[in-house]
Parts: sequence; C-alpha cells; structure tokens
Amino acid sequence: MSDTQKNLPISDKAVESVTRSEELAYELKIAEVMTASPRTIQACETMHEVMVTFRTSHISGAPVLDQDNLVGVVSMEDLIRAMANSDLDAAVRNYMTARIYTVKGSDPVIEALKQFVNTHVGRLPVVDENGKLIGILTKGDITRGLLKALQHDYAHEELIRYRASHLFEDIVSDRTSLILRYNIAKGDFTHGGSASSNIKRALLRLGASPQIARRCGIAIYEAEMNLIIHTTNGGVIRVEIEPHQISIDIYDDGPGIKDINLAMQPGYSTASEEIRELGFGAGMGLVNIARCVDQMKLESVWGKGTRLKIKIFLQKNETVGERYAGNKEKS
Amino acid sequence: MNLADIIKSLDLTVLTTPQDFDQIEPSGGYASDLLSCVMSGAPHRGIWVTLQAHNNIIAVAALLDLSAVIITEGAEPDPATVEKANDEGITLLSTPLSTYAVVGRLWEMGLHLAA
Repeated sequence: MSDTQKNLPISDKAVESVTRSEELAYELKIAEVMTASPRTIQACETMHEVMVTFRTSHISGAPVLDQDNLVGVVSMEDLIRAMANSDLDAAVRNYMTARIYTVKGSDPVIEALKQFVNTHVGRLPVVDENGKLIGILTKGDITRGLLKALQHDYAHEELIRYRASHLFEDIVSDRTSLILRYNIAKGDFTHGGSASSNIKRALLRLGASPQIARRCGIAIYEAEMNLIIHTTNGGVIRVEIEPHQISIDIYDDGPGIKDINLAMQPGYSTASEEIRELGFGAGMGLVNIARCVDQMKLESVWGKGTRLKIKIFLQKNETVGERYAGNKEKS
Repeated sequence: MNLADIIKSLDLTVLTTPQDFDQIEPSGGYASDLLSCVMSGAPHRGIWVTLQAHNNIIAVAALLDLSAVIITEGAEPDPATVEKANDEGITLLSTPLSTYAVVGRLWEMGLHLAA
C-alpha cells in the first residue's frame, strides 16, 4: 500500500470490505461461526459448580439444560450476583436467565446480529430445526467468523494475482511470453467487448499498471468491434505479453480496406445506418487505437483481408501514454 | 458531490444492484451516443450520459471504469444488459429527461469536466 493510500480517510479497498462484510452477514450461516458443542450446565447443579466450570473451561457463560431441554443461560454476571449474596450453594435455576432468546443454526448471521441488538444479551444459544441445542454464539464468534471469511476471499484474489504476476519470474527461458487468442465472430454484438474486457483483466492480474491496462482495453475494444462490424467472416485477436511489451495482432480474411489513409481519418466510416444507430461507426475507431498505442501498423488488401499490428511498451521511458500521436508508422 | 446526491437530485431510477452511492465521487462527465467518442472522451471514473441502452454500453463503461451510465429519454435496457452491468459492477441509471437536460442539471450541481 502506498503512502498516499494510507493517508486517505477511507480507501476504495476499505469501502469494498465494508460492503463485503455486510454481504457476508447475509451469506454466512450461524452454524458456520458459532462455537459448536459448547460446555453445558445442568439446572440442578450449584452456582459453586458453575464457578469451577467457568474457571476450568475458561468461559464466561454457558447454556443451562434440564435433562436434554434448554432452559436458560448462566453468565459471569449471574455468578457474581450469587457470590455477592454468599449463595454459591444455590441451584443454577435460581440465578440463570430463564427467558431465553435462541437463534437457528441454519439462519444467516444477520439474524443473530439483529437479536443481539434487540435483546442486549451477551450470548445466544443456537438450536437446530427441532429446538435442540447445537452451539453457542457470542459477538466475538461473529467477528472472528467474518474476519476469517474476508481473509479467505482476500487470500484467494491475492493468490491469483501473485501467481499471475510471478509468471515471468518463475519460468526461466531466454524469452518468455504469454499468448492469448480470441476468435471474434462477425456480427456478434452480444459479446462485443468481452475479449477486450478479458484481456484488460488478465493484464491487471499480471501486474500491469491500470493506465497500461486501460490503453490496451480501449485499443483492443475498437479492433474487436471492427472485426464484429466490418469483416466477412470475423477474425482473430492475438495478444502476446512479454515483460517489456504487449504485442497485439488483429487479422481477418476480408473484405479489406480500400483506402487506408481515408480509413485513418477521424470521422470517416463505412458503417451502415443500422450499425450507426447502435452508436458505432463514428469513424473514430482507428484514431482511438492510434492514440492508445506506441506502435501501429495497418496493412490491408482489398478482397483479401486486413492485419493490424500494434505494440504497447511497458518500460516507462519508451511508452508515449494515452494521447494523439502524430507520426505513427503506417503502410 | 457523490453519486447518491446526483441520483436524488435528478430523481434517477437505479436499474442495477444498489451500491454505496455516497462513497462514489464521479470525476466528471461526458455525453455522446457514439461509442468510439465515449472511448476517447469520457474521463476515468466519470459519468456517461447517453440514450443508447443496448448491451454494448456495458463493455465501454467497464473498459473505462466509469462511475455510472445515465440512460436518457426513458430508453430501457433489456434484462440481459442489466445483468451484464451487475456482473461488471457498472451502475445503470435511467431518466425520462433528455440528455441535454441531464447534462445541464449535472453542470449546475457542479459536475464539470474532469480535472
């Protein structure tokens, strides 16, 4: 975490985990966070026995049973009252809290949180569908359960990121690269943008900066939509990721571009009226690509097909960033 | 100004799963119905005002990390588009107002161009 992030009152990450912990309160079941098979006390035992049990088991409260039936909860507070009255020989039933609130193990944690707020009790016995005691729940159990679940989520994403970002370090070769291929179908507007979204996500996982991922995303999106809109049979996007550069190859088998210089002009488009109604065909696609990449080469033969090769450099001093670059290599 | 203020002030309908809108601070805004113009002009974490409601707006919004898309003139995205927006964490808002009216209101509220 950088220093600037540390100084922010609430970071994006913190906001994310607040919402996630709220979500978890609905997702996690009480049975997953409770203390299962808790130490129990029989109603006929004495308060002195409770004191010994609390001390030896290191607990501060326990459910009270009469045979197998849940009849109350006894806590440290009840024990203190008995001690203050010098009444440790009294039966537990005289000091326990008899009016008991319970929660079901199959209910989400949020139900228990509501009970804690409404009843102000410190612990809730957890019962099964038949009302039989299966555990005990404190607020501490909930906090621990939520933290554990959050950590699990976090560890999972961290692991994916870690594995991806170490790909290039872990594999030893003279030149390592990762190649991603996407087949883009002609007219498939339903999936328009999914290849570029997937590539952007892959780059972020590999540890690319958000700016680089965004520039690649925009350039590839435009190329992807060009394949969907303008080709005869669709085409292929091939992305080669290396530690120092990203090379993207987009090719199709027709119909090709009649006049490349004209196609490169902002606002020039051959898109049909239907396509324009969808918001495409602004004549800015190739211009946008040129703006986002460090190198661009467009080749096309009318009747044969088109091949667009673009490169984004990952070393800071080589890359131009997102801007209109005037002298791009064209042919 | 956060997204919750904007939703309240313009009486926008939230089409996607509500998020913590008071934690989202749009950086600026952009209005166009041409996707490539949005690609080149919309600011990072900005708001996009458009009357396009088909599913390709989601990919654009996701690639640009936009804060929200306001769909104008009462145009309605289909359920698959809303679902895709939820998957990508994109907020879709709708209004019967025109794009012109929405932009005017946002500008009055102080949402100008991104710095």
